Amino acid sequence: MKKTILVLLLTTIAMISSGLVMAAGGGYPKSPANVDVDDMASLQRGAKVFTDYCLSCHSAKFVRFNRVADDLGMNEAEVMDNLNHLGVKFGSTMTATMTEEYSKEAFGAVPPDLSLVARSRGVDWLYTYLTGFYADSAKTTGQNNVIFKDVGMPNVFWKQEGVKKPVYEEHDGTKVLVGVEVVEKGTMEPEEFDTMIRDLVAFLSYIGEPNQSYRKSLGIYVLVFLFIFFGFAYAMKKDYWKDVH
Amino acid sequence: MEQKSNGLMGWIDARFPATKLWEDHLSKYYAPKNFNFWYFFGSLAMLVLVIQILSGVFLAMFYKPDTAMAFQSVEMGIMRDVEWGWLIRYFHSTGASAFFVVVYLHMFRGLIYGSYKKPRELIWIFGVLIFLALMAEGFMGYLLPWGQMSFWGAQVIINLVSAIPFVGEDLGIWVRGDFVIGDATLNRFFSLHIVAIPLILIGLIVAHIIALHEVGSNNPDGVEIKKNKDENGIPKDGIPFHPYYSVKDIVGVIVFLMFFSIVVFFMPEMFGYFLEHANFEPANPLKTPEHIAPVWYFTPYYSVLRAVPSIAGSAFPGVIAMGAAIVVLFFLPWLDRNPVKSIRYRAGWYKILVALFVVSFIILGILGTLAPTDGRTLLAQICTIYYFAFFLLMPFYTKMETNKPVPERTT
Repeated sequence: MKKTILVLLLTTIAMISSGLVMAAGGGYPKSPANVDVDDMASLQRGAKVFTDYCLSCHSAKFVRFNRVADDLGMNEAEVMDNLNHLGVKFGSTMTATMTEEYSKEAFGAVPPDLSLVARSRGVDWLYTYLTGFYADSAKTTGQNNVIFKDVGMPNVFWKQEGVKKPVYEEHDGTKVLVGVEVVEKGTMEPEEFDTMIRDLVAFLSYIGEPNQSYRKSLGIYVLVFLFIFFGFAYAMKKDYWKDVH
Repeated sequence: MEQKSNGLMGWIDARFPATKLWEDHLSKYYAPKNFNFWYFFGSLAMLVLVIQILSGVFLAMFYKPDTAMAFQSVEMGIMRDVEWGWLIRYFHSTGASAFFVVVYLHMFRGLIYGSYKKPRELIWIFGVLIFLALMAEGFMGYLLPWGQMSFWGAQVIINLVSAIPFVGEDLGIWVRGDFVIGDATLNRFFSLHIVAIPLILIGLIVAHIIALHEVGSNNPDGVEIKKNKDENGIPKDGIPFHPYYSVKDIVGVIVFLMFFSIVVFFMPEMFGYFLEHANFEPANPLKTPEHIAPVWYFTPYYSVLRAVPSIAGSAFPGVIAMGAAIVVLFFLPWLDRNPVKSIRYRAGWYKILVALFVVSFIILGILGTLAPTDGRTLLAQICTIYYFAFFLLMPFYTKMETNKPVPERTT
């Protein structure tokens, strides 16, 4: 027992000392997205924003309309009328409205598929990115981004969001980007815009792993089962071992 | 043909040693009665092997080893369209990491209780071979989802082969089957991952267990229970594996499955350590990720590789060091000259050396996940030196130990 404690103690020391060596990874800090993938209303609103805006240029080629309808509690007509702008079959996947040839011509590259973007980037990154555009006259799009410098994507929400300018602070003689502030109001109130982006990020999180809610709810049952099983197994072990001295 | 017993079992036993095998390996295999916590991990490794084989069989039914289809067959086919495919894949991806967790703990058990010492040298050697086969299995399996880290991780490792002087370039092409990692590489890795290495692995595990059951299990006191037998020839400190350890191991299995389920159902990515974030992007040979880190179970050895400075622009010395870090394990039974097996009866300062070894191994593992800086490289170098010194200086320092008296019987 003493040794186990010693090992655990030294392990902790190892973790901490390595932690000290790990300088905090630089870069712009991410703001928490605080999304709820069990909030159906939020996901449905997010699906609308996603198909209205993102799907113009991006695809979500692993995501089927009928699956979204099932999971988000929408019927076929709602999905076909409101989300499926290209009019593909109900069981089809989400393709971009823009063709790949056109996007290469217009942007120089095909915008990335968004099926798994919430898993590769993380929801906090997405939230920070989508709320992090600011005016930058040096860029052809007129916009730059706090967390994705010199991004090729224009800010598709500029009408709603308005125009933001970057805020810098002096740290040890260097200018550090610390945030953005609105200089020209958009069509939406800031809170309203924030909710829209959170809905969108929630939807992106959902399509990243459509089973995630079910996975967690199933996990509770599995753990309860194992816990009960443990009781029986432990009692059996005790009983068999009572004559071992 | 003489039948020892009647009925169906008698008929079978006259033709196949079913009862004999059952008795030799389970109901009359006498294991020491003082097994502790550390002795769960052998049977748990067997459990994980079964999980990996069963989940792997089902994954292979839906996976497509083709660079144009592999990523989609995993992320759309298995993860979305196949009923329960996501669960089977999480079993398999979590199982890979779980395999290394239990094997590392199992090896640590062998280290502290001297389970590699005479007469168990071959058990240890088979074990190190299993560890090597497992690394090959993990490495090749990681290419299959064809994500960014699959591709670039394989790129880094195969480039190590190319770092070998003179023959490296050709050897790299031979391994890849192409000038770059491509379809040929993916297909052969798939074949090796699902056929060749599992066969080797199972063969080695059988050898590991046959050797173990020949000489008998060691125990936390490091005493040979076969030296004290009763009038029936049964070790006084032994108990039949079945039912005693089978019922005990069931408890261990359930506790293990609790941890396993917590990962599978609540954190299958394990914060990017079991499933790396960058691997949710399809492999792109034209876009190098900012930071390439191998999966956590390779990182201690990856750190050793990076800690050794290149000579004339060649990473070959690092490759040698990384290989040597594993090869040195084979020699452990002969490096340790102390006749006392268990750490319980060895010198106090030896315990500290072992503890420091654990610490440097963990630090190497953590450093391997991070991008190198000057400070980190220095720390990795210190830990690498300690790793090798711990083993290579054993012949000297283990002879200087003042041992405590070893008991005749288990405690």
